[in-house]
Amino acid sequence: MTSGLVIRTAGRLLAPFIFIFGFYIVAHGHLTPGGGFQGGAVIATGVALILVCYYYKDCIDKLTPAKNFKLVEAAGLILYICTALSGLVVGASFLFNWMNATGGLFGHAVAYGVNAGDIFTAGVIPVLNFAIGIEVLGALSVVLMYMFAGLKETTQAEDDAPASTPIIKKSGKQGGKK
Amino acid sequence: MPFITVALLIGIAFAIILLKKNMIKMVMGIGIMESAVNLFLITIGYREDGIAPIFTNAPEGVDMVLPTVQALTLTNIVIGVATTALMISMIMIIYKKYGTLNSDKMRRLKE
Amino acid sequence: MSLLLDNMPALLIAVSLFGAFLIPIFGRFLPKIRDPWVILVSFLASLIAVINAVTVFTKGTVVYVFGAAAGSSAASIDSGGLPFRIIFTIDGFGAFMLLSAAIVSFAVILYLVSSQKERSGKSEFYALYLLLTAGIFGMVSTGDMFNFFVFLEINSLAAAALVSYHRNGGIAVEGALKYLIVNTVGGLMVLLSIGLLYAQYDSLNMAVIASQMTWTTLNIVALVLFITALAMKAGTVPFHYATPDAYSVAPSGITALMVVASQAGLYGLFRILFTVYGGALNTVTVGWVIIILGILSMVIGVTMALPQKDVKRLLAYHAVSQTGYMLLGVGVALAVLGDPVALSAYGQTAMEGGLFHIINHALYKGLLFLAVGAVIYRTGVWNLNKLGGLGHNMKWTMIFFLIGALAIAGIPPFNGFASKLMIYESVFAFNPILSVIAMIVSILTLASFMKVFHSVFMGPKLPEFENVKEVPKLMIAGMVILTIFVIGFGLVPDLVVDSIVTPAADALLNQGSYIAAVLGGVL
Repeated sequence: MTSGLVIRTAGRLLAPFIFIFGFYIVAHGHLTPGGGFQGGAVIATGVALILVCYYYKDCIDKLTPAKNFKLVEAAGLILYICTALSGLVVGASFLFNWMNATGGLFGHAVAYGVNAGDIFTAGVIPVLNFAIGIEVLGALSVVLMYMFAGLKETTQAEDDAPASTPIIKKSGKQGGKK
Repeated sequence: MPFITVALLIGIAFAIILLKKNMIKMVMGIGIMESAVNLFLITIGYREDGIAPIFTNAPEGVDMVLPTVQALTLTNIVIGVATTALMISMIMIIYKKYGTLNSDKMRRLKE
Repeated sequence: MSLLLDNMPALLIAVSLFGAFLIPIFGRFLPKIRDPWVILVSFLASLIAVINAVTVFTKGTVVYVFGAAAGSSAASIDSGGLPFRIIFTIDGFGAFMLLSAAIVSFAVILYLVSSQKERSGKSEFYALYLLLTAGIFGMVSTGDMFNFFVFLEINSLAAAALVSYHRNGGIAVEGALKYLIVNTVGGLMVLLSIGLLYAQYDSLNMAVIASQMTWTTLNIVALVLFITALAMKAGTVPFHYATPDAYSVAPSGITALMVVASQAGLYGLFRILFTVYGGALNTVTVGWVIIILGILSMVIGVTMALPQKDVKRLLAYHAVSQTGYMLLGVGVALAVLGDPVALSAYGQTAMEGGLFHIINHALYKGLLFLAVGAVIYRTGVWNLNKLGGLGHNMKWTMIFFLIGALAIAGIPPFNGFASKLMIYESVFAFNPILSVIAMIVSILTLASFMKVFHSVFMGPKLPEFENVKEVPKLMIAGMVILTIFVIGFGLVPDLVVDSIVTPAADALLNQGSYIAAVLGGVL
């Protein structure tokens, strides 16, 4: 279904902001409320907005078909399990936070007291947040695409045809101000 | 006080699951029961005059509400999303094959 | 190498999950190596489970902490003596269930790779299968209540999606929907009682809750919710409505694995009753409740199985009835838990009989479902009135079905006889009427299976089954693995009971050793 020019334009304007907002929630998961699942769900809401505004066939051709989103989901899951198994390689137990407070990628130490929070802290946890965010956006997009496939949509020819019932002109005498 | 709400919601949800015939209403009943259990879990962690349990925002002498129940609730919400998605896709397939959403008429598996 | 051996409990679920997550990528880009990859991952996971079980049987309870600097101290130094990380505690009972899950899951994957060859969507099927295996392994190894709930939900979702796999007819999806609704409601009840326990004792660790457990009203409410929900998952009467529907429409190999998943629900029930509640229970009352659930399941299961015409639905009702035997044996042991004289006289034997029946049931019921699945695979018919005379064409399948039928009826020298004899003896010393009911149910089981065997395999050859051949070799290989264990456990039951079942029974009856292994003597 296409919903008219206003909704299509507003959807195209809003979608990047939704994606960036979702990405922000995923990235700051260890400082503010949020994290992997919440951010991934917000990004999937952006995909749902695009699916609602445009014809389903256009989405499949131009956006991306559902099988690419399945690969995105698998990539997120593989990143998660490899990060978890990397604790074994370093020499400690499964899911050990080996990047914490060692000065590497996410390795600053956490300062005590009331402060604004540093994004480069807490080791393995932001990496796991990214992995879960990618996975959730892939999975929920696949679910949305398959469920939209079950709808009966009007085609473009039917939408552009002139209306079959005549539009009744309202006469100015009934209702309104005198 | 929220515990009375929880008990009421669980009672209503059980009544919906057992009595309603439309499958979509049964899925909605399961959704209500899930929300009731999530509310119960969060209410357990409440402490009087507590603040949000963020490590970099810990002023002296103030209690924090319990954070582990928040993790339990988040996990339950994710499980609920997956379960509801699976149930609704199964109902879509059943509607395509059987032509009805009424649970009395979906009885091809007999005794 | 020692790195791998130290972290064996974590590899239990990590290997299966890693294999499951790589399958969509293999299915899209390199489809030829997808089937060998699934068999390889399943074999590795079963091997790791067996290594873990052997370690527990020789060295005692294994405790593994996730996310700590070293794998094995539950109360680590930076926590001030309180265990707050998620732990895996594998004791004798957990190792016992790991063995049965490992054997059945590997035999079933050999069967499934060849029986699902012509279907589409196999990538998701194998990924869900490995996820279900990881869920079963995790559920019987964990020592943390909420982790148990998470694995319970993983099992329900993966099993429900697998049951609805043959979705062209529509009837499989109906059975899967019923199964999913029942299991979801059960899972929510488990979460409610975990919340109640957490509110009182401020910990999710099973050992910490067990060391502080008392018999208050909230704990009674939590116990009732647990028994209801886990009995719903295991398919006992009066909550057995989902089990026959789901078992009869699933692919046959999946049904064999769902039997193991239902028994993992029984594992949870026994773990809650014996280890988390332990001596704080009113053992006679709760024991009699379990005994009555067992007797109802036995009798109603077998009487509803007798007039069935759909052969897989008949097997599913027999699964309900055999679950009653396990509940009867363990219920008797629970009822005499407070009485040391009776416990050492017949309570220990009742517990061992009930537990031995768990692994025996997984083995012979898996064999029966695989054999019946082979018949349906070749003929496409599952109505008993229309089958007949297949013994001329499918000789191997007939032999395997006969072995499974004799095992379930309790005929020596197969394994059903050993466990049923232990249950009969000990229950007779407790209350003779229950033992007589159990024997009558066993006779009815034998009658029902003789009817099925006669109508499927015996008799003259029917003209529409002229071209039915034997099933492919991989399916026979899967059935052979299960048969080896069925005959083996029946020939040397004493050896099996001493080495596998007695440590499991001891681990359940002895709550103090579980707490001491996790908390190390510090409270």
